[in-house]
Amino acid sequence: MPKDLLFEIGLEETPARFIRAAMDQLKERTVKWLDASGIQHGTAHAYATPRRLTVLVKDVAEKQEDVEEEVKGPSRKIALDENGNWSKAALGFARSQGVEPEQFTFRELGGVEYIYVTKNTKGVYTSDVLPEGLLGILTAMTFPKNMRWASYDFKFVRPIKWIAALFGSEVVPVSIAGVESGNVTKGHRFLGSEAVISEPADYLDTLRRQHVIADTEERQKLIVDQIEKLAAEKGWNIAVKDDLLEEVLFLVETPTVLVGTFDESFLNIPQEVLITSMREHQRYFPVLDSKGSLLPFFVTVRNGNSDSLDVISKGNEKVLRARLSDAKFFYEEDQKLAIKDALSKLETIVFHEELGTIGDKVRRIRRIADNLAAKLSVDSSVRETANRGAEICKFDLVTQMVYEFPELQGVMGQDYARKAGESEAAADVVFEHYQPRFAGDNVPASLAGSIVSIADKIDTIVGCFSIGIIPTGSQDPYGLRRQAQGIVQIVLEHKLDIQLSEIFALGIEAHEALRGLKRPASQISQDMNEFFGLRVKKILSDDLRYDIVDAVIAAGHDNVVSVVKRGNALAAAVNGQEDFKSTVDSFNRVSNLAAKAVSAEKVRSDLLNEASEQALYEAWQSASADYRQALEQNEAEQALHLLSGLKEPITAFFDSVMVMADDEQIRNNRLALLAAIDEDLKAFADFSKLVWA
Amino acid sequence: MNFQQMILTLQEFWAKQNCILVQPYDTEKGAGTMNPMTFLRSLGPEPWKVAYVEPSRRPSDGRYGENPNRLYQHHQFQVIIKPSPDNIQELYLDSLKELGVDPLKHDIRFVEDNWENPSLGCAGLGWEVWLDGMEITQFTYFQQVGGIETNPVAVEITYGMERLASYIQEKENVFDLEWVEGISYGDVFHHPEVEHSKYTFEVSDVKMLFTLFNMYEQEANRAMSEHLVFPAYDYVLKCSHTFNLLDARGAISVTERTGYITRVRNLARQVAATYLEEREKLGFPLLKGGVEHA
Repeated sequence: MPKDLLFEIGLEETPARFIRAAMDQLKERTVKWLDASGIQHGTAHAYATPRRLTVLVKDVAEKQEDVEEEVKGPSRKIALDENGNWSKAALGFARSQGVEPEQFTFRELGGVEYIYVTKNTKGVYTSDVLPEGLLGILTAMTFPKNMRWASYDFKFVRPIKWIAALFGSEVVPVSIAGVESGNVTKGHRFLGSEAVISEPADYLDTLRRQHVIADTEERQKLIVDQIEKLAAEKGWNIAVKDDLLEEVLFLVETPTVLVGTFDESFLNIPQEVLITSMREHQRYFPVLDSKGSLLPFFVTVRNGNSDSLDVISKGNEKVLRARLSDAKFFYEEDQKLAIKDALSKLETIVFHEELGTIGDKVRRIRRIADNLAAKLSVDSSVRETANRGAEICKFDLVTQMVYEFPELQGVMGQDYARKAGESEAAADVVFEHYQPRFAGDNVPASLAGSIVSIADKIDTIVGCFSIGIIPTGSQDPYGLRRQAQGIVQIVLEHKLDIQLSEIFALGIEAHEALRGLKRPASQISQDMNEFFGLRVKKILSDDLRYDIVDAVIAAGHDNVVSVVKRGNALAAAVNGQEDFKSTVDSFNRVSNLAAKAVSAEKVRSDLLNEASEQALYEAWQSASADYRQALEQNEAEQALHLLSGLKEPITAFFDSVMVMADDEQIRNNRLALLAAIDEDLKAFADFSKLVWA
Repeated sequence: MNFQQMILTLQEFWAKQNCILVQPYDTEKGAGTMNPMTFLRSLGPEPWKVAYVEPSRRPSDGRYGENPNRLYQHHQFQVIIKPSPDNIQELYLDSLKELGVDPLKHDIRFVEDNWENPSLGCAGLGWEVWLDGMEITQFTYFQQVGGIETNPVAVEITYGMERLASYIQEKENVFDLEWVEGISYGDVFHHPEVEHSKYTFEVSDVKMLFTLFNMYEQEANRAMSEHLVFPAYDYVLKCSHTFNLLDARGAISVTERTGYITRVRNLARQVAATYLEEREKLGFPLLKGGVEHA
């Protein structure tokens, strides 16, 4: 009869950020091992708390499946001697397979007869293979960081304290790093005690009696429900479901939600500071009112029951008070620092040994921003804002608040700049130039912010590429991919009329003018073109099929607004027009033959002697200029519509005209016509890359 | 419980675990880890159990005695046990109970914290222990000391005495803590806090400190060339403290900073390696009946 299998690895408190992946890994490894061992089983469940990783598999078979397999032996010629007796080779094969020669059968394979034998391997008892199996699963576990402890020659995420391993009600013996498995688990560190698990199905209840909620979904629900109930009662707004919840979930075994408060005078500090302090440093949930303004309360989750919550909340309040007092002190001190003094301090902070100080970087950003503003022909007020914004964009790096809370760079600068009397728009640039800061973040809202953001990012990329720091594989210590993607997103969302290569040139110009490049500009430019191509491809791939992406990128990615519009237009046609495949087929026929054209040959209308080729020539002539204009203006749908209009004349042309005519002049002229059309097609996409189901 | 009783309680508790109680080391240092009783003794196969209070100097944290939480010098209570015992977390929690902290009435958590001391080439994995949201202890399994892999692994427990006391005595300001009846922490330490802050930030002779750093470094090397590990290490500590003074004075630029840290680390690595050689020459005397297993 099948039995349940339980495997619990008891640990010293494991880092919250590792637990979910580790719990899933334990389950996957166990299921994989059962499958590979031919042991039938039911569903597997993973459980975890800070102190345990557990897998429970329902209905695990008591025995491995029997295996019947056929083994091929030597050929008849070798198996039988001249007298028709079994040869040494045949007898040896019988021995090696543990069978008698009488069990041999002959069968033909590729014209030769071979000995075959059918072997039946009886499955062994699951309980006999489990000890080695579970030990193998445990030792194969991998974690982002491992450690050694005591004198054991073994590494794991944290020291192993106990192992509960049960197959039905029987203990599976497993031994590692001084720990012997048993049927005993440990409860909550303070509220519970050791407890015997009578059988795997009792696991969750046994732990529940020991004040441990081992099921992560159940525990999460307990946290969320308590917080939501509290929020509803008080009319608060608490953002629960995010990465903080995930962390808190793996910091507690019995969650009890409690509330604390802080002095209202701290609300004068910018909200971001308070929120960072509460969330990042203390793992508290900040409390907002219905309008989204911060209230002087916090919510935290205790690892325990509801006894003496007042003591705990008083303790937490004391800690937060000390932190916020520090923040308030920094906030007040920072405002005594004049921006110009802060800027001169930037001259002593190294950005990168080979790329100079932050002061050097700021001068480059300023130069790129000014040139970019000119190139984009923005209003003089935007250009002035961009220039001032560029000059002060990094000044907050020397403030005490940013030293304590590096994640608040830009946020503090914006606040301090306003207070120091900078224009609202220039202050916004200080914040915006870091955007987008992470995947899914907004791009700068203002044009000036966008200009400085591009300038800052391209300065970093050009600088790094110049000294040979080019991301490979998972190596991207300066986050250059994110920065390149940021530039592309800004150009796209603000529909900036600029090519990527023009942005590269501005970055290169600033480095050349102010500090010099370590590699030739042409090489840097080429590497960046390739690098940005991959970023554009990634952005397109979020919404479009890979073949459509490949097709439009083949026509160039330098103009990112164009490539996105072409991609969308092509996708609309592929998905929306029933006969679009035949349109593309006609394009591909053009392209295939165009490849044979003699280059630089112009079409001569006087040599077009067939009606259908004249018709095609005229159709193309009348569409081409409009098409080019539509492309120029990024009206990709219109451009594709004009191209699609060539389908009929192209089809008629191929139906009635022999392109590869004997007369060389006629032939070359027809090829030249196709090459001219192909050139227009290729400006939109390489249609041959499209894949049809 | 006053500050002194806390120290006595912890000493008594860890003495019962057969820890050697030693006195603070007589050279300035930034943390209890730098005491040779930890830094050197946690290396090599010899078992080791020790506990001590360490006054630790962090010049850049000086606040002229005006900040309720930040100090030029604070006190760590340090425990080192090698190899790490299997029940070390339970022992630690028992020590908190001795200090009057009942885990059932509080929220005690072990929150991941991977500790590193780059200037000594040390790294470890472990936790910061939170008491109702306050970090009161660093709990670390040393994985590397002086650039050398530890084997067996020593566990280090560092209690932040001022923080723990401010919680136990329910005081907002560190200077209001009671050291013994009638004498506050401020009575003992406020005066030196003010003077050390003034000296660190305003008065210290930068030129002399740079000269001292170079002299200490040379002397450390000279002692090392004679295989005198403990004297050499004293000069490494002096280098480290001198660097901290210069750093707090803002005399070391960001670029130079890495260079100075590397110089101290290289010295520390050499001392660590030489210490192991010298102990091996002596036949690792503390092993006695062979390698002790946990």
